[in-house]
Amino acid sequence: MEILVKIENLRKTFGPIVAVDGVSFTVGKGEVLGFLGPNGAGKSTTMKMITGFLTPTSGAVHICGHNIDVQPIDAKKRIGYLPEGAPAYQDMTPASFLTFIGEMRGYRGATLKRTVSETVEKVNLQSVLNQSIETLSKGFKRRVGLAQAILHDPEILILDEPTDGLDPNQKHEVRTLIRAMAKEKAIILSTHILEEVHALCTRAMIIAKGKVVFDGTPAELEGKSPTHHTVLGTIAGVDPMVLHHHLMTVKGVKKIEELGRDGDLVQLRIYPDDGEWILPDIGHCAREQGWEVRELYPDRGQLDEVFRLLTTPKQTIS
Amino acid sequence: MGRIRVIFQRELAGYFATPIAAVFIVIFLLLSGAFTFYLGNYFARGQADLVPFFDFHPWLYLVLIPALAMRLWAEERRSGTIELLLTLPVTMWEAVAGKFLAAWCFTGIALALTFPMWLTVNLLGDPDNGVILASYLGSLLMAGGFLAIGSCISALTKNQVIAFVISVVISLGFILSGFPLVLELFSGWAPQFLLSAISSFSFLTHFQSISKGVLDLRDILFFLSLIAFWLFATATVIDIKKAES
Repeated sequence: MEILVKIENLRKTFGPIVAVDGVSFTVGKGEVLGFLGPNGAGKSTTMKMITGFLTPTSGAVHICGHNIDVQPIDAKKRIGYLPEGAPAYQDMTPASFLTFIGEMRGYRGATLKRTVSETVEKVNLQSVLNQSIETLSKGFKRRVGLAQAILHDPEILILDEPTDGLDPNQKHEVRTLIRAMAKEKAIILSTHILEEVHALCTRAMIIAKGKVVFDGTPAELEGKSPTHHTVLGTIAGVDPMVLHHHLMTVKGVKKIEELGRDGDLVQLRIYPDDGEWILPDIGHCAREQGWEVRELYPDRGQLDEVFRLLTTPKQTIS
Repeated sequence: MGRIRVIFQRELAGYFATPIAAVFIVIFLLLSGAFTFYLGNYFARGQADLVPFFDFHPWLYLVLIPALAMRLWAEERRSGTIELLLTLPVTMWEAVAGKFLAAWCFTGIALALTFPMWLTVNLLGDPDNGVILASYLGSLLMAGGFLAIGSCISALTKNQVIAFVISVVISLGFILSGFPLVLELFSGWAPQFLLSAISSFSFLTHFQSISKGVLDLRDILFFLSLIAFWLFATATVIDIKKAES
């Protein structure tokens, strides 16, 4: 995999406050790195340093081999950046704004026109091309922001909360767009929405208090959840004591938690021993006993639970 | 240079896309006309020159230029577009110069639209057009000085009202720096060389010597180096302040 972004021991302090504290990682072509973390964890500050807006207190950012502090122009040419909130010059129209960005990126004449109209098509801006940006809806404004970021077909895309504040349809559109570009680029995006990590990312990174506390695949992240691979079941007409007795004999079952009762329905969560996959055996047991099973399904784990575990100071996780 | 031109064009078009251009130009023309004819007694003087017209320019600029300059960087910071602009492949000085030149060019357009004054004086009499041309040049240079100050102050704050007020005060200091109001602040304690240095910063003195028709290189250099200094300060301030969102 071709390494496009290389971050070395990045640190940023604002007076006594340490915003980013020794972050290192690399991102290769085809990777979509999801940046997660609470507000104020240092996600945006890290992105601002990668894009060359802020100068790191120490450490280095290499963009396709160019150090962004030493060769800022060469590095910035290779980055498309959507800052938080998708800022744009409000009194311009998308057409004039994208033309401006294109000119700043060095396009002129026919190439400029073609590049702008191709980008407009990609993000579906045709219908509002000549309205001033301030009159556009949030979804369109976001698309204008995305358009300026991808206009020069950059090798690296940095997107700060690309779907924040969008309705579900708009989120879907933006995700589709990002997914379509993923193979050709290295993409770093920050988000608060944990499902987005599943929907988009090949890799997830959690930042808390300026430090990387997790770096792995979305599946590995789920694996950190205490409810990962537990089995949820709803069974009718059986005494809970009997259920408990039989289920505990199933191989790999560690403990059983009763979640609630509704008439003669009993809801259970069954925890496996570490790494065990207990669903088939539980199904087998239920059939053997002739229980009336209403629901039986595995829980992949709650990402927000993992998120809380990793980013709240009191907890530690092995 | 290409990128300065692109920023310059966008900014200049921006003035005309909003009511700013119309309001500024109309007010500038109205006030400069009113001052010339009423306060300056243009007709009663019975002289074919534009002295009463140019005499009021420092005072007009004192109010109007900070109003024009206050949004230069404050607006970029408030709306977050500064992050967009400075992460494009552009250097800081290109961005600072492009925005400044657009504002300067815009004041140049406003100034050029006072040409009916020049036509009038040529119809009524036989003025020294060399002096008038020099005065126009001096006025433009002075406007650039005020703008560069305003640019720097605008970079200091997100709040445009604060930017405006501080710019007016600093500009007033530069207009009056040869006058007792400013000099007496320093005369008690500052050494003589500092006093004469301060008084040599007076916009009025330099502008008046240019508008007498004497194009002294020193006066031109004064304004150009002042502009360069304040633009350098602008870039420095942006660099320091950009971390604050």
